[in-house]
Amino acid sequence: MPLKKLCAFVAVATLMPLSASANQVNVYTDRQEFLIAPLINAFTEATGTQVNVVYASGAGMEERIKAEGRNSPVDLVMTVDVGRLVDMVNDGLTQPVISDVVEQNIPAEFRAEDGSWVGLTFRARPVYASKERVDPSEITSYFDLADPKWEGRICTRPGDHDYNLGLLASMIFHHGEDKAREWIQGVKANLVQAPQGNDRGQVQNIYTGLCDIAMVNTYYMGAMLANEQQRPWAESVNLIFVDQDTVGTHINLSGAVIARHAPNYDQAVQLLEFLSGDVAQEMYSSGNTEYPVKPGVQLSEVVQMWGEPKFDAESPAAITEYKGLALRIMNEVDFNAGP
Amino acid sequence: MSNLSSVNSNLFSRLRANVKTDFWTVGSLLIALVVLLPIIAVIYLAMFPTENIWPHLLSTVLPGYIRNTLWLMFGVCIGTFIIGTGTAWLVTMCRFPGRRIFEWALLIPLAMPAYVVAYVYTDLLNFSGPVQTLLRDTFGWRTPRDYWFPNIRSLGGAISMMVLVLYPYVYLLSRSAFLEQSATMLEASRTLGCSTWQSFLRVGLPIARPSIVVGVVLALMEALNDFGTVDYFAVRTLTAGIFNVWFHMKNLGGGAQIAVVLLLFIIALILIERFARRKKRYHSSTRSVSPPRIELKGWKTYGAILACILPILLGLIIPAIQLISYSIQYYEASISAGFLGYAKNSLMLSSMAALVAVTLGLFLAYAGRLGKGPFLASCLRLVSLGYAVPGAVLAVGILYPFGYFDNFVDAIMFERFGISTGLLLSGSMFILVYAYVARFLALSYGTVEAGLTRIRPNLDGAARTLGRSPSGVLRDVHVPILRGSLGTAAILVFVDTMKELPATLILRPFNFNTLATHVYQYAKDEQIEIAALGSLTIVLVGLIPTILLSYTISQSRSGGTQS
Repeated sequence: MPLKKLCAFVAVATLMPLSASANQVNVYTDRQEFLIAPLINAFTEATGTQVNVVYASGAGMEERIKAEGRNSPVDLVMTVDVGRLVDMVNDGLTQPVISDVVEQNIPAEFRAEDGSWVGLTFRARPVYASKERVDPSEITSYFDLADPKWEGRICTRPGDHDYNLGLLASMIFHHGEDKAREWIQGVKANLVQAPQGNDRGQVQNIYTGLCDIAMVNTYYMGAMLANEQQRPWAESVNLIFVDQDTVGTHINLSGAVIARHAPNYDQAVQLLEFLSGDVAQEMYSSGNTEYPVKPGVQLSEVVQMWGEPKFDAESPAAITEYKGLALRIMNEVDFNAGP
Repeated sequence: MSNLSSVNSNLFSRLRANVKTDFWTVGSLLIALVVLLPIIAVIYLAMFPTENIWPHLLSTVLPGYIRNTLWLMFGVCIGTFIIGTGTAWLVTMCRFPGRRIFEWALLIPLAMPAYVVAYVYTDLLNFSGPVQTLLRDTFGWRTPRDYWFPNIRSLGGAISMMVLVLYPYVYLLSRSAFLEQSATMLEASRTLGCSTWQSFLRVGLPIARPSIVVGVVLALMEALNDFGTVDYFAVRTLTAGIFNVWFHMKNLGGGAQIAVVLLLFIIALILIERFARRKKRYHSSTRSVSPPRIELKGWKTYGAILACILPILLGLIIPAIQLISYSIQYYEASISAGFLGYAKNSLMLSSMAALVAVTLGLFLAYAGRLGKGPFLASCLRLVSLGYAVPGAVLAVGILYPFGYFDNFVDAIMFERFGISTGLLLSGSMFILVYAYVARFLALSYGTVEAGLTRIRPNLDGAARTLGRSPSGVLRDVHVPILRGSLGTAAILVFVDTMKELPATLILRPFNFNTLATHVYQYAKDEQIEIAALGSLTIVLVGLIPTILLSYTISQSRSGGTQS
């Protein structure tokens, strides 16, 4: 490797200016590139505004924004979990989104009243049950999973994973700490093995007969149906949208905020208007089997298959303050130790 | 009063006597300070937890976390030691068919990201995988209650995965130590009646000890900072505790406190080892002819071949076959337009990091050799700590000082000249290279330092008497002798930078990908099939310098033979 070239590479890269004047918008997101890039490209094509992105999946995105302070180049922050956005709002890292278009696109239950954060899509976390071995009418609520009759038949990913903590936090939010603790203890007693693997792995486990019931996010269903090897797994399960008569099935809401020091506020709003509009919302649904927040948007075939269940729109933003408690409870009942 | 001031001046003059202010001392203290900045920042963060997490953790999961961490360290230590030193001894000291290929092939598993290997083996060995399915079909079993099969997602599984990809650290370091060992000592041991096996145990291993220890400690630090593998296997170590407290309890300070505990584990380890070998010297009295290789015969040949093939088979060939079959099956989905650019970015960054880290490592190790007092020596020992901290935590420790610096410069420039300089270093390529060096300096410093301990100090004395300056001695005497160690150091930093993920994810500039970040977006989405092609590319790109440098190192064996 020629030394001179390397030095030049670093020098140029270091001094590359990122000015606020050009027609551009800067995004930090913890979502994956293959999901977001098509949306961004569609936006640039429609508006001519250039979008710069840091795909900061994993840890530390908020710390980067805090450390960069008033000179931070970021305009829009998109996360897969709205709880992270609510925390950023509470930490004073954001400013309200002021846009009639966004307000029209997104129903009130999916955004903050003052526009401090907006939801863009959601994924539900229903119960997946074996078509062969479980009668769907036997499970109508998350509480049913704690029924001793399912002993040795449930499998799940670890309890301290964000999705499971989110579900437990929503149980705390709706039913109180004691009931939530009792419930997760019951689920733990019914596990077939110590919690392990990811969401798709649980569906595979149902397919091969290791267990009969799991809690899995909806969008994995779309991904598995599209994958030749995994389609049989997906076809071996029923999705049961629980708690239809009460609070609705638990969801994760993805969303966005505008950064407090955003140098390109107008373009950030423009991007949000696009992302909450018909074109982008339909792309979310078809591309990643997510639920659009905008009413009346054409749903993907897979999403349509599940009908129109009732979802728990109330909890996603509210449960962020219960996540810590949820983790404590998981630790206290030693959920990851298994049955 | 006068008494006090005399005590004071006494203290100062003593301090001045202890801390010399020559080029090497000041230079290495500065480097150490800059490299340790993130660690200092993490310690600072640890002082401000939002609440005291310890009562809750102690009464619930912490004992388990610590138990798992200790077992993981123990298993990785034993496993990498046996495989690493055993294979290194075989390929350097013995002659058997395939030796020349094994010599470099044994290195390659290093280029495999541990979490990718973990994914592959889980697919193969879990209940739903082909191995168990075949067993069930053959024997008519149905449920897991019908038979016993080791669970891959377990502490034992995590240890196995890490040993498979981390033993090359020990292999590389002990190989370069064995190569630099003199024939006379080994011959003497044989004359005194040692068998081959005995001379390995009683002479070869003890002389190579500093290098082997460095290798094992590096493997252990890597095992400690790993999050991907243990998370996937649901083995809860202290690292898991860091992230849980940081994210879910929203307590960055508390997470940093656990990271500091992790550091204490490593410091304890280093101290114990230093204490155990205090005052011993490891350089050979003569550095003459490399020993002739022992011709293996009969079952010993097969034993040697098997011992070398197994780690390659398990750490490279089996995962590679699986990844290749995924790549072919999912080629359309996995090939991306930016692929070549990502590979180029990875290659550039890894070369830069290797160059800087090896240069600094050599500087520090040599400054330590010049022996400028105990204060410097302990500072130097600390520069390795960055490697023991999980990458994401280290990244946060980098973000804050850099952000502070950038905003400070911006404020001054604006005040004085009305110019806003914005962020100069944050979000630039510079911060990435800095992060890699801060993280991986342990690799280059440790390797070079271990190499230096094997060079007789009277060589320095002789060269100085002949009028060379300290830097002249370094250039004309040590660097030529150390070629092997410097090459080893460069490979390690290069390959580790190729794989580096958590710090790259969070520190990188806009619209910037490396192979590792490209692969990760799919791995994170549970699509290892689509991540396969990228993972293979990481291995392939890592392979080129590995083979080149491995060749250089084995050349150094013959090159170093003249006295």
